[in-house]
Amino acid sequence: MAKRNVPEINSGSMADIAFLLLIFFLVATTIDQDKGILRKLPPMPEEDQEPIEVKANMRNVLFVWVNQNDDLLVKGEPAKIEDLRSIVKNFIDNNGRNPNYSDSPQDAIVSLKNDIGTSYNMYIQVQNEVAAAYRELRDNLATKLYGKKFDELEDKKQVNKVKDAYPMRVSEAEPNISNVN
Amino acid sequence: MAKFKKREKEMPGIQTSSLPDIVFMLIFFFMVATVIRQNTLLVKNMRPQATEVTKVEQKSLTEYLYMGAPVQRDVYGDAPKLQLDDAFARVDEVRAFVERKRADTDPKLRTKITWSLKVDVDTRMGIVTEVKQELRKADALKINYSANQKIEQ
Repeated sequence: MAKRNVPEINSGSMADIAFLLLIFFLVATTIDQDKGILRKLPPMPEEDQEPIEVKANMRNVLFVWVNQNDDLLVKGEPAKIEDLRSIVKNFIDNNGRNPNYSDSPQDAIVSLKNDIGTSYNMYIQVQNEVAAAYRELRDNLATKLYGKKFDELEDKKQVNKVKDAYPMRVSEAEPNISNVN
Repeated sequence: MAKFKKREKEMPGIQTSSLPDIVFMLIFFFMVATVIRQNTLLVKNMRPQATEVTKVEQKSLTEYLYMGAPVQRDVYGDAPKLQLDDAFARVDEVRAFVERKRADTDPKLRTKITWSLKVDVDTRMGIVTEVKQELRKADALKINYSANQKIEQ
């Protein structure tokens, strides 16, 4: 058999093909990182479990209620969302000074309650302000002790120390309770 | 001057033989980074803005629950609906959804799944609270309220 000369494959257009693919993937890519406020839900109580009596002193609980018109009620008084952060900060970091606010950051509990008609946006804003209040307090302490912000601490011991100083204790009312006012 | 002219003539052409390799490298990067959107959104999904957001680690261990008013209002009405995977779902289907997603996950990592609630800003809390209760019943406690970063003034 006569040997045929196999012609070399022309690879000159390889770059073009590759570019085509590249452009497809460039267009199709969504580098869409999901961001948000991470929370842990409390586990569902066992059916036969009696409701636990909360022994917290009333001064140690900051009630934050939101109604269906997105109005805020903090400890029985109307408040604005812009002021919520400073109220929460004062409440947590009170250390017994103001008789209406908490005894110490360890005792302080922020209790949230919302209506069925509350808008999701308002709910997130309230969650955000409470989280921001805790973050700012932790940042302050971390800066005072270690000269770094709380997020920048690397040593586990230091992180835990700041966390223990300002433990985040946020409770959300059971929805069936929130219907009965 | 004559010397300079001589040099110009010797300028070699740019080597293009490695161009495909470079482009392929880029392609591979984008192929790996690409996540082609799996779910067609049937509900509105404008996320609220917040300052205290954290990134959700590990996309493969995150499952999404969409809530909001339907996009096709004339067909499905205005009431906020829940979307799981590719279809509308009733709130009581959340538990089955959780179980299904758990079954698809490596047993060692099952407890580490984050349930990301992607809720439209205009939604009322009613449906969100119901879904949260269902998640609690299904023991899916690690949740994320999806939100965008707001730049604080």
